[in-house]
Amino acid sequence: MRSVGSLLIGASAFVLWGASAAFAQEITFVSQGGAYQEAQTTAILDPAAENLDIWVNQDSSPDSWPVIRTQVETGSPTWDVVDMPTADCVRGGEQGLIEPLDFAQIPNAEPMPAEYKTPYSVAYEFYSSVLAYNQETFGDNPPKTWADFWNVEDFPGRRALRNHPLATLEAALMADGVAPDQLYPLDVDRAFAKLEEIKPHITVWWTSGGQSAQLLSDGEVDMLMAWNGRVSAVARDRPQATFTYNQGILQNTSLCIVKGAPNLETAVPFINEAISPDLQANLPLEIDYGPGNPEAFKTGKISEERAAELPSSPENARVQALMSSTWWASADGEAAKERWLGFMQQ
Amino acid sequence: MSVAQATLARDDVMDIAIRHARREQGTMLLLLAPALVVVAVLLVLPLGWLVWQSFWNDGLTLEHYRRIATDPAYWTSFTLTFRISFLVTGLALLLGYPVAYAALKLPPFWANVVLALVVLPFWTSVLVRAYAWLILLQRTGLINEALAGLGLIDQPLELAYNELGTIIATVHILLPFMVLPLYATMQKIPGDLVQAGASLGGTPLHVFWRVFLPLSMPGVIAGTVLVFILCLGFYITPELLGGGRVLMVSMIVSRNVELYAEWGAASAVALVLLACVGLLFFAASRLISLERILGAR
Repeated sequence: MRSVGSLLIGASAFVLWGASAAFAQEITFVSQGGAYQEAQTTAILDPAAENLDIWVNQDSSPDSWPVIRTQVETGSPTWDVVDMPTADCVRGGEQGLIEPLDFAQIPNAEPMPAEYKTPYSVAYEFYSSVLAYNQETFGDNPPKTWADFWNVEDFPGRRALRNHPLATLEAALMADGVAPDQLYPLDVDRAFAKLEEIKPHITVWWTSGGQSAQLLSDGEVDMLMAWNGRVSAVARDRPQATFTYNQGILQNTSLCIVKGAPNLETAVPFINEAISPDLQANLPLEIDYGPGNPEAFKTGKISEERAAELPSSPENARVQALMSSTWWASADGEAAKERWLGFMQQ
Repeated sequence: MSVAQATLARDDVMDIAIRHARREQGTMLLLLAPALVVVAVLLVLPLGWLVWQSFWNDGLTLEHYRRIATDPAYWTSFTLTFRISFLVTGLALLLGYPVAYAALKLPPFWANVVLALVVLPFWTSVLVRAYAWLILLQRTGLINEALAGLGLIDQPLELAYNELGTIIATVHILLPFMVLPLYATMQKIPGDLVQAGASLGGTPLHVFWRVFLPLSMPGVIAGTVLVFILCLGFYITPELLGGGRVLMVSMIVSRNVELYAEWGAASAVALVLLACVGLLFFAASRLISLERILGAR
């Protein structure tokens, strides 16, 4: 019985602590951890906390979606602002797991392109699924398009793709001749048919970013789809690894707020601050990701050379396809994902 | 002393004995309580939640189980998982039996060396061992480079990113679970019986076949059941060494959560796998006591 008693005391102390903490201006921010979260802490989170005079608690989860679902469904959300794939924000919004955003209170989102925003989210940072390759293998005639990636006759070599339908279906359609700005709604049947063509020539279907980097770094494959930041990281040690932004699939993570977030009033101004051009311009100084707010390129913080390396700079964005998270969060998108397992199993 | 007094005294003694036994039971329960709470919180509750999820999709439903029964992708995964588990178990037995036997027969120093070589990798994380196998087996790996350097091959062998690589690494990772129960059983086989067999005129092979091997069967069963069941739930090794093509059941569970956010489907698959393991344990327990499989005896 004593143990039960002390447990009760402990629990009530915890509740009291929680209640008193709620009075302070604070939020809990969740991202994916690793080098990326460290970079945004320096670039965005710390300055935002200082500017707003709030306390930013951090948590990280490589896949926030199931956690959010559990938190909201059990009626005890502890997270406030989450940095995650836009499709998860949209899907979460439709399922009542994510708060709708009041853009009137987020003036910094005003000049951003319409496709960078959804009713539940605002773009935070950009990365790209690009065609990466080994320069030693291809010399003067490297693959430049997804059609080249699919062309095993003229571009012999070992290949890897991501074991995930996102961006892979887009690449397949571009390989089949669909223009980057004409992709959506995706012709899923056509994409899978095209993937069947390349399937026998894929050595590895990678599942983690680290694995893709290792494949390129060890020379296990000669060309693959990979995230631009991973390729540049490999290229620092092994200059033969490189990539092209041409026909890259531009993707972004977004900020959104967990439904019933404990610090909703602080979360909204925090989001506004986090996407301000000034703080957004800090991000590419720390890591190879592009700012979610294109206004950041006008602050003068990002040099021309640096801008040329970033996935979301206007020049690079122009040659890429912008992934539609809204489509992927739709019923059609969900159905396309459902087909992936069966495709891999055959 | 009258009869009545004697009866009273006996009742008293009985009373005291019963009270004593009750108190002892109470103490035992109290001592067990923390363990029971841990099991309830960490195992029973999540498992109950899993069962609940598997029957839930905005209402009670058998939808997730129907999908497992009808979608060929799940069937393919289950057959693949069982096939790989059979192969891995067979190979582990073939490799493990001689190792355990050698450890038994060698002089103590060398026996310890053999056992240490089996157990040391056992203490290394599965992830590290899987990556180590990748370094050995991949196209630019040590084995291929060595073979090419010796002029034995022109083209690198396809050792990794397929079923072969998965099986090689899984056998290595699960080998201790085969060797240790085998060795424990073999140690308990009385040497007298083997000697008696020899003195009756049996050749060493004959004695091994008729005396030693049958007596080591409990170890064989224990090792086989352990390896097979562990293999059924393997995740990281096929994920890394399978190149995305070796989709075992555990990976279907994770894909269901990652790709589709389908907790219900993932729970249902997990429960079907759990049921398979339960059935196997039940079947094995008819052959040999569970304590023996789990190494308590």
